[in-house]
Amino acid sequence: MATIHVDGNDYEVEDSDNLLHACLSLGLDIPYFCWHPAMGSVGACRQCAVKQYKDADDTRGMLVMSCMAPVKDDAYISIDDEEAKAFRETVIEWLMVNHPHDCPVCEEGGHCHLQDMTVMTGHDRRRYRFRKRTHRNQYLGPFVAHEMNRCITCYRCVRFYKDYAGGEDLGAFGAHDNVYFGRYEEGTLESEFSGNLTEVCPTGVFTDQTHSDHYTRKWDLQFAPSICHQCASGCNISPGERYGDIRRIENRYNGDVNRYFLCDRGRFGYGYVNRKDRPTRPELFQRSQRGVAAQGVTLMEVDEALDRAADALRGATRLIGIGSPRASLESNHRLRELVGADRFSTGIEAGELERLRRMEALNRDSGVATPSLREIEACDAVLVLGEDLLQSAARLALSVRQAVRGKGVELGAERGIPEWNAEAVKTIAQDAAHPLFLATPEATKLDAIATRTRRAAPDDIARLGFAVAHALDPTAPAVGGLDDDTQALVGEIADALLAAERPLVIAGEALASLAVIEAAGNVARALARRQKAGAGLTLVRREANSVGLGMLGGESLDWALAQLEQGDADGVVILENDLYARLPAAKIDAALDRASAVVVIDHQRTPTWEQADIGLPAGTFAESDGTLVSLEGRAQRFYQVFDPSYLRPDTRIRESWRWLHALQATLERQPVTTILLDDLTEAVAGDMAAFAPLHHAMPEAQFRIHGLKLAREPHRYSGRTSMRANLDVNEPRAPVDLDTPFAFSMEGYAGYREPRREVPFAWAPGWNSPQAWNKFQDEVGGHLRAGDPGVRLFRDAAATRDEASYCDRIPAAFAPRDGEWQMIALPQLFGGDETSRRAEPIQARMAPPAVTLNDDDAAALGIAAGDPVAVSLDDTRVTLPAQLGRDLPRGLVALPQGTLEPLVGALPAALGWGRIALDTSAADGEARA
Amino acid sequence: MSRILQPASERRAETHPLTWRLHDDASPVLLAEYRDTGGYAAVAKALEQHTYESLTAEVKSANLRGRGGAGFSAGMKWSLTAKGDDVPRGYIVCNADEMEPGTFKDRLLMEQQPHLLIEGMILAGYANRSKQGYIFLRGEYHRAAASILRALDDARADGWLGADVRGSGWDFDIALHTGAGRYICGEETALINSLEGKRANPRAKPPFPGQSGAWGLPTVVNNVETLCNVPGIVNHGADWFQALSGERSSDGGTKLYGASGKVQHPGLWELPMGTTGRELFELAGGMRDGLTLKSWLPGGGSTGFLLPEHLDLALDFDTIGKTGSRLGTGLITVVADDQSMVSLTRNLEEFFARESCGWCTPCRDGLPWSVKLLRALEAGAGEPGDIELLEQMARDLGPGKTFCAHAPGAAMPLSSAIHYFRDEFERGITRPRGEAHADPIPVGSI
Amino acid sequence: MTQHTATIASDAFALDPADRAAILEERAHYPYPQAASIGALKIVQQRHGYVPDGAIPAIAETLGIGVADVEGVATFYSLIFRQPVGRHVILICDSSSCFLTDYEQLRDALIDHLGIQMGQTTADGRFTLLPVCCLGACDRGPTLLIGEDLHGPVTPEALPALLEAYA
Ligand SMILES: Cc1cc2nc3c(=O)[nH]c(=O)nc-3n(C[C@H](O)[C@H](O)[C@H](O)COP(=O)(O)O)c2cc1C
Ligand code: SF4
Ligand code: FES
Repeated sequence: MATIHVDGNDYEVEDSDNLLHACLSLGLDIPYFCWHPAMGSVGACRQCAVKQYKDADDTRGMLVMSCMAPVKDDAYISIDDEEAKAFRETVIEWLMVNHPHDCPVCEEGGHCHLQDMTVMTGHDRRRYRFRKRTHRNQYLGPFVAHEMNRCITCYRCVRFYKDYAGGEDLGAFGAHDNVYFGRYEEGTLESEFSGNLTEVCPTGVFTDQTHSDHYTRKWDLQFAPSICHQCASGCNISPGERYGDIRRIENRYNGDVNRYFLCDRGRFGYGYVNRKDRPTRPELFQRSQRGVAAQGVTLMEVDEALDRAADALRGATRLIGIGSPRASLESNHRLRELVGADRFSTGIEAGELERLRRMEALNRDSGVATPSLREIEACDAVLVLGEDLLQSAARLALSVRQAVRGKGVELGAERGIPEWNAEAVKTIAQDAAHPLFLATPEATKLDAIATRTRRAAPDDIARLGFAVAHALDPTAPAVGGLDDDTQALVGEIADALLAAERPLVIAGEALASLAVIEAAGNVARALARRQKAGAGLTLVRREANSVGLGMLGGESLDWALAQLEQGDADGVVILENDLYARLPAAKIDAALDRASAVVVIDHQRTPTWEQADIGLPAGTFAESDGTLVSLEGRAQRFYQVFDPSYLRPDTRIRESWRWLHALQATLERQPVTTILLDDLTEAVAGDMAAFAPLHHAMPEAQFRIHGLKLAREPHRYSGRTSMRANLDVNEPRAPVDLDTPFAFSMEGYAGYREPRREVPFAWAPGWNSPQAWNKFQDEVGGHLRAGDPGVRLFRDAAATRDEASYCDRIPAAFAPRDGEWQMIALPQLFGGDETSRRAEPIQARMAPPAVTLNDDDAAALGIAAGDPVAVSLDDTRVTLPAQLGRDLPRGLVALPQGTLEPLVGALPAALGWGRIALDTSAADGEARA
Repeated sequence: MSRILQPASERRAETHPLTWRLHDDASPVLLAEYRDTGGYAAVAKALEQHTYESLTAEVKSANLRGRGGAGFSAGMKWSLTAKGDDVPRGYIVCNADEMEPGTFKDRLLMEQQPHLLIEGMILAGYANRSKQGYIFLRGEYHRAAASILRALDDARADGWLGADVRGSGWDFDIALHTGAGRYICGEETALINSLEGKRANPRAKPPFPGQSGAWGLPTVVNNVETLCNVPGIVNHGADWFQALSGERSSDGGTKLYGASGKVQHPGLWELPMGTTGRELFELAGGMRDGLTLKSWLPGGGSTGFLLPEHLDLALDFDTIGKTGSRLGTGLITVVADDQSMVSLTRNLEEFFARESCGWCTPCRDGLPWSVKLLRALEAGAGEPGDIELLEQMARDLGPGKTFCAHAPGAAMPLSSAIHYFRDEFERGITRPRGEAHADPIPVGSI
Repeated sequence: MTQHTATIASDAFALDPADRAAILEERAHYPYPQAASIGALKIVQQRHGYVPDGAIPAIAETLGIGVADVEGVATFYSLIFRQPVGRHVILICDSSSCFLTDYEQLRDALIDHLGIQMGQTTADGRFTLLPVCCLGACDRGPTLLIGEDLHGPVTPEALPALLEAYA
């Protein structure tokens, strides 16, 4: 710690910080541009100048850039100094020389850091009387729009895109006052994190194209604290709504999880909320018999729907419920209450469910902790078994990248270079990196930063992991028959993990291989036995609430289907789950055909919905509240963003749990009582010990600040009195939210001074941009002052000393077969999940489905890249263009997960062995089922 | 090619350590001749008698100040370089990017006497425990490149470079790196970035290159002329070096001084450090017939203008520094009284604006604005307040306010021109458009 | 250790095998491949007179570095030409000493004589006219560099004869 004197006041600050960081953390305002809390200082913009004095007697002082000036004990500085103020105003004046006067038509307007800083410095008059230079813009793909004239050359975009996120196609070009930030040639940005440019850019050069398509100013949006539903990482988001549509998704700061950055699937995948074909009223399907398409659909009122549904279900002799890993704990729990715990299915395919349970057990008792995303960034050796993280949990990959880069920080520290001195750290680092070992079936984009990569079949990846565990701890089972090369690799990995203080092992669901997960578990155990107190185990799950649902308990989807098919049950309630996305259609059809009552609650018109007798329209994450458990075991609440019926009175969308509650009451012929979210969460918490911490997790509906609810809308929100005028000239009162502490209006607390964990939108006086998060943090880039949202359910895992024994079910080495190929389905970032692939911008980024095979295998079959390849696996036949050059081992064939579905439906869960051949009947590269 | 204007007969080993070997016909001094005249003796001596510490100490006590323009003590720089057994061996880089307007000294040394530079680099490499030397040569110096390449080959063949230099057990080699333009590459940290194949943006200091330079290793960057002074110091000692300048200056050694502009005999001279401007001006024969001296730049475009009355000052770092200008490279540029200060300043600021790397705001966006204001003044389209605005900009482009010394270099001629010749600038506002400089001062085309 | 994956543009550009070899040779001079990028651009320029867009990804791929990094360098340095130039590039020094020794007259004479503006190429593809920083021959101002030949002082009158030598 150090004491600094700022304009006559004394403060205690961290001596490892720079002055800008320290002052902002104290709540003092200094304008800045090129500095970013996650990316450190480079001293380019010269905006953050302050006066620094030699000592208390020095009256002249010297201007320094606060971002580049280390905190020194007993330093005297002044922010208010006239020369410093004048210089900062001049810097803005210079930045404005070429900046257009287009705020009124600029999409950054209203949440623009440049606007904020301009106001802060007081620059309000133009003296420059000459022409401005202009640039041409580039088309950068469906996500990000480009308007280079607004650039103030802070270099943040390239520093994020290239240095932080590892992208190679965006750069800084040109020199002097003609510096251009863009792609080396026009085209779609390749990075999975391109959307962060819209927040990293302090002005309107990079803006959200999907927002642009239905633009609304930030101050006219209604927000809620939410959790991304597009994968299991648990990133915190702030969705913004206007006129009943989600207009954009902004990052919501969580100091433990995503901090400042999201992946593009999460940011741009919200379009399914706005789909015009969503069910908005209960639907009654008329069909002569199950299995034929409905002849008609009748829209119903809520009461009628409940009655009809209850009648139908009462008609069934035995009822089961199928839950969903993309629905909240509360909704799943309600369903379980409705049907009874022994008749509840998680809606997850049996193999995946088994693996989920196994992963949960490992997270609890491997003796190694499950790190948060932030903790991952501090790891100093990483072994990844089987996951292409950029595809299966992209945000996590970004954290792993920071872990690898951490080596540079370490080297810098040895030479007295502080972590925030970003370019100097980069220089000292060169390509020094913390070790990263990747074992995956095919090439991945993370390979570029890996120490070593290994391409192998799932079983061989598992064997590698088992062998590493054995190398770490000889009491772990050994793996026989490894070749010298592999043995050497095993030794290298084990040495690196042992040498590290915070080694991390990552595996997960990507290869649908229990063996791979067990192997990771063995490595974790071995690290625990070797007293690696800082070790971590991260197990990637597929869906937003996979972990929560695994914990909640319940049978597999296969069980549920068997119940129906065998006639053990004939009524089913299906919650937010498209069964056809999980198992082949024939299986689902066979089960549903025998059911006498099928009630589907969902927000999308899925093939499963089409099979319903009664469909009840559910809210998406944007129209409902609930709790999800992320892959690190963090239970986090998401809150309703808007009330869909306020602007669309015809809508009968309800939270799934509300439907289920009402359905239960109706079934029991009871009046439908009011039920509140907190009651439900408490019910979940009380249900099992694992969920007990949920009690403390949430601000309850009664939470108030100064007696006020919390505002969902900025205080400048406009048009409230007229936005419904087309429906009714009388403005009804704003919808009342009994479930949460948030108000559907601008009334309520929206400030930053009072600590609160759940922040719908970050705003503080003078800070309209995402940089306003500074004001909510204990120190900039740190944690929220009230604590980061969420509660970790696996918290004590490291403390649970492992008594469980090693897994010894080591698979045999993979052996390619003649004329048959082992099929694997690989996760896809764009198009791989059930909901976001319904969003148009995501569809535009989806790679057309292809079949990947080994180059030598292809050559042997006379297949060239792009040739149509007929793939047959059990009953599935599909022709796909061949993709080569991916380094896939011989004997394997990889298919895309999710994007293939529109062609052939879900693939069988356990893929097994299939055949491939050049499809001579197909036109070049044509994909067809 | 450029020439040293002192005839060979006037140049002697003891008094002209940089140029005494040079031929009157400007042909290069090849290895054989260089060795026959005591070349590489300093390397042999150093390998035999010096540790890296003692060699550094020798250069430090000679007070050899950097000839690249900043005048920082070479020995001091070397003593601050991270060395030691736990530190990886780094680089010695010769700054041969000579692009400072008005500067043409390094070219001469490299074209005509490359072995002196190579010898200096070997010594610097030894003193700094470098594993490798790079000569960062500007891309336009084709003849110098050829001369250096040949000399490197010859020196390597003769055992002065490569593995086990002259049987000493010490490995050291030098490679030539040619640039692709851009003045900013001469700034030592930008130069390192450029050497690494990056955009030539400077780096923040600290860490200084001596701690973390090229590829993160300890790196020393010295100017060509600085390095060429090292063999003499090693051969004859620090005292001899100090004595070269005698009473004239507290800085030791000789300096390659030069003069350009409309003087009778523009050219180069090796003279004791601290030679006065007037002596130099007179060696150059004074102004061309019919012209009188109005102003002069002491050492390149990034130094401040001085007046004729300053000619009697010693051309050394401290003396010139006291005037508010800088010695810079010590090659003076003279301005005749019929030449417009506004146009010349505009020309200089155009140079600095164009050569800005574009990293920091004041330089990138401030300089082009100053150029536009100067053009307006030049065209008689100035407005009240323009001069004050230029003055403010010159202040805000000053040291510490920008990322590197490029913009402060641009501010020097700007502020000094306005300071000494304000009336010329005011004419751009008060005279009717187009006539601002018609009489008595013609200007460059507008 | 760091590997890079570069996407190769479909431009019709193909790196000449000799140039590729020269680039790899250049790469060997430095501890990291990025350092050879400027040399690589010069090698390509040597052959084509300029650096065509298609060369950027080709160089990135050859050196195993990012495309945007190569483009960043290729657009920063003034001696890397990104458009076709004439057979002879005339670099005229426009810095202070030459400015004071009548650079502007020389420049105007060049513009008149060649019938092109600064930055342009003559219709017959013979000359391209560009400004350059101080050529380090201030004692001979005004100066210009044609190809690798330095000339100075050059008077407007002497220009036509001087240019004759460059076919
Ligand atoms: C914009 C700028 C350009 C420079 N150009 C050169 C140059 O061309 N040659 C040079 O030796 N030093 C140049 N310098 C000075 C170098 O940064 C550095 O001080 C010098 O190379 C150190 O060598 P020395 O101590 O031997 O002089 C330049 C500095 C700046 C700020
Ligand atoms: S002052 Fe700034 S913009 Fe100018 S050259 Fe230096 S770093 Fe680049
Ligand atoms: S924020 Fe400090 S210089 Fe840009």
